[in-house]
Amino acid sequence: MTLGDAVFYLIAAITVGSAAGVAFTRNIVYSAVSLLGTFAGVVGLYFYLAADFVAVVQLLVYIGGILVLTIFAVMLTHRIADVKISNRSVAPLPAFALLVAVVLAMLRAVGEGEWKVVEVTPQPTTYAIGDAFLGNYVLPFELASLVLLAAVIGAIVLSRKAVRE
Amino acid sequence: MVGLNHFLVVGILLFALGLYCVLTRRNAIGILMGVELILNAANVNYVAFARYGGAPTDGHVFAIFVIMLAAAEAAIGLAIVLGIYRMYSTIDVEATDILRR
Repeated sequence: MTLGDAVFYLIAAITVGSAAGVAFTRNIVYSAVSLLGTFAGVVGLYFYLAADFVAVVQLLVYIGGILVLTIFAVMLTHRIADVKISNRSVAPLPAFALLVAVVLAMLRAVGEGEWKVVEVTPQPTTYAIGDAFLGNYVLPFELASLVLLAAVIGAIVLSRKAVRE
Repeated sequence: MVGLNHFLVVGILLFALGLYCVLTRRNAIGILMGVELILNAANVNYVAFARYGGAPTDGHVFAIFVIMLAAAEAAIGLAIVLGIYRMYSTIDVEATDILRR
């Protein structure tokens, strides 16, 4: 096993281990911190795949935005009374059986699929992504701005207190 | 030698664990964490195929769109969860399953 393979297995172990922590812990705060571990592991995987721009976007938006927002929400809705078990599970055994079935089915699909692998030397991607956003993908790019505007307005409307006339 | 299949297996495991979160959690924020795991699994798939499939820019652009939509959906979802907490003083999805008081 080369050093590159060992690095991949380490990053993959961090990612999947943290995701298992998100899924199986009983405390919601532990789940949020494990989610940080998962996102950081995914950043490592992106850097391993030479996706430099997507890795930095994941770092900024997911860890710096979504995870901070999630921890805010956890702290604002965490009841002090029941500190021990704040995130119980409903019917864990049937869900685990379904999980195993789904994993086996997808592993079989991956094993039998004949993917056409094209080996390219990795390049810096920022220039090409910028060209794509203003070239081929300009319509989804503009619609994405509208979606973000609607999301910001919606979040403000949903979370303000009722205005009494 | 690490190839495409290794990354697909990581994506499969992340998806399965996210699905388990969505199915079994009682806390609404726990369910939203599961949705984030599922979206990250899809992103890992996109970027892995972009690296090994020969169209690098397209996969990365799709991954950026998924990240952006996940941010918008997390913001709205958590605003809804905070509204539910303000009204019911709990975010247990088993306890807040009626539409009107």
